[in-house]
Amino acid sequence: MKPGSNFRELTPMPDTALVDVRFGTQALRLPLGENLAAALLVAGVMPFRRTPVSGAPRGPFCMMGACFDCLVKIDGVTRQACMLTVAEGLEIEMPAAKGDLDG
Amino acid sequence: MGDADLIVIGAGPAGMSAARRAADCGLSVLILDEQPAPGGQIYRDVDRASALRGDLLGKDFTGGQKLTQRLNHESITHLKGAVVWQIEDQACVSYTQAGQGAVATAKRILLATGALERPMPMPGWTLPGVMTAGAAQILLKQSGIACERAVLVGSGPLLYLIASQMLRAGVPPLALVETQTRQDFARSLRHLGGALRGWPYLLKGLKMLWELRRGQIHRYVGATNIAIEGDQAARAVTFSSGGKTRRIASDNVLLHHGVVPNTQMARSVDIPHHWDNLQSCFVPECDNWGRTAVPAVFIAGDGAGIGGAKAAALAGEIAALAIAHDLDKLTQASRDAAAQPLRAGLHKERAARPFIDTAYPAYPGALSPQDSTIICRCEEVTAGDIRRMAALGCLGPNQTKAFGRAGMGPCQGRYCGLSVTRILSDANGTAPDITGHYRIRPPIKPVTLGEIAGMKNHVTSEEKND
Repeated sequence: MKPGSNFRELTPMPDTALVDVRFGTQALRLPLGENLAAALLVAGVMPFRRTPVSGAPRGPFCMMGACFDCLVKIDGVTRQACMLTVAEGLEIEMPAAKGDLDG
Repeated sequence: MGDADLIVIGAGPAGMSAARRAADCGLSVLILDEQPAPGGQIYRDVDRASALRGDLLGKDFTGGQKLTQRLNHESITHLKGAVVWQIEDQACVSYTQAGQGAVATAKRILLATGALERPMPMPGWTLPGVMTAGAAQILLKQSGIACERAVLVGSGPLLYLIASQMLRAGVPPLALVETQTRQDFARSLRHLGGALRGWPYLLKGLKMLWELRRGQIHRYVGATNIAIEGDQAARAVTFSSGGKTRRIASDNVLLHHGVVPNTQMARSVDIPHHWDNLQSCFVPECDNWGRTAVPAVFIAGDGAGIGGAKAAALAGEIAALAIAHDLDKLTQASRDAAAQPLRAGLHKERAARPFIDTAYPAYPGALSPQDSTIICRCEEVTAGDIRRMAALGCLGPNQTKAFGRAGMGPCQGRYCGLSVTRILSDANGTAPDITGHYRIRPPIKPVTLGEIAGMKNHVTSEEKND
């Protein structure tokens, strides 16, 4: 468990390679091939985004691709973090929130 | 020309067992599933997870490997990470896999899209740190990640299962805040006779409760007025139980009060649905082979009504037999003969359901939330907004879209549809069947313009002929 995370890795796998990933300005080392939402949770990333309607913070809710609360932006496309896996060099941003679009 | 005789959408228990049975009958099968590994949510990543933490997850989970192994058949093609976003002309399926859009066609489609958590709107349920209990279990199964100092809120056997798994993992929850009442239990007793035929489930339930007791996990029952406190994230759960108001500080709140069929894909092809009073949700209309009003489309598993993983596997096989008969691979007599033992098994699997559904009903506070509670998480529409729409003459969920964008966000009503139907029904004094449900339109999962522009046929007939 990293500081600030409420999630504990029970059985960290020693042979899993860690790769560089960026979330906003935060540099992270995440396990290659791990579910992206899960890896971000363990790394203490929260919230994943702020809503376009009110700017409220949100994070993963269903972990099965149904709720769309874990949305993140990668290469300009907004995607569900729980439906992606960790890859080397991912540049993750928060999708546009309230206020971002007003200029 | 099609890419396969049968396209199965979903690689959970229903989809996996249907695929194998169909292949054994001589059909070519294409499975499209969103996840990188077979298993569905119940057996998520079961092949990898069983080896790493099978002891923790238990035999009911690791047993799912029997189904994944059955996918090894020369007539079964399993496309992993394939997100289906449209079904047209009955059996033409559009999907995206690894950023590539594609179309696949078949003679029949089996929808095996499983279940979703029943929406559980309550104050604070959109805060970071609040997840479904199913989500916590997925983290545990797939990634070996446990939520620290969690509070489990709601009702049903899944709460006990995840609590006992967390206990075994050495990360016990702080407490279970349970919404079922003694009256619910008393009502459930009239179903006990039937439930005794499903005794293994009752025994498992008792074992889990004993495990929680031995682990000194505190259980509060009959909880009402549940709210989650927090500004930027969940910080505590407050509730009333036993005549007292209580507060438990926790950053991880896990919600569950049953699962409901994921009807998104069935609705997108206009399969009729009706309201199921006992399960308190909409279910698609299909006969006891899984056949729907759309001739080429069948449904099996929890997506056709909640019955659990074992029932889903049996229903998948039954649907596969009907499809094989439709496509002249099986005589009616052999279809019926093969279905008979499956139906007997299904009957037994379903025996405990009325007892469970009555003993652990949905939390009334989440079916009729207070006005300020957000119902549509995506568009942040509250219960009060929906009631005001009803007062303005809004009769059905589709009108709430026009009145105030409920159900128009990216989740397309998956986590607000049932709540909106219920609130409108209560406000207008109409039955859920009359109130209806959102109309679901493709694309049922987001797709980029680039993915559409670059679409290819799965394996085109021209390529085959060339």
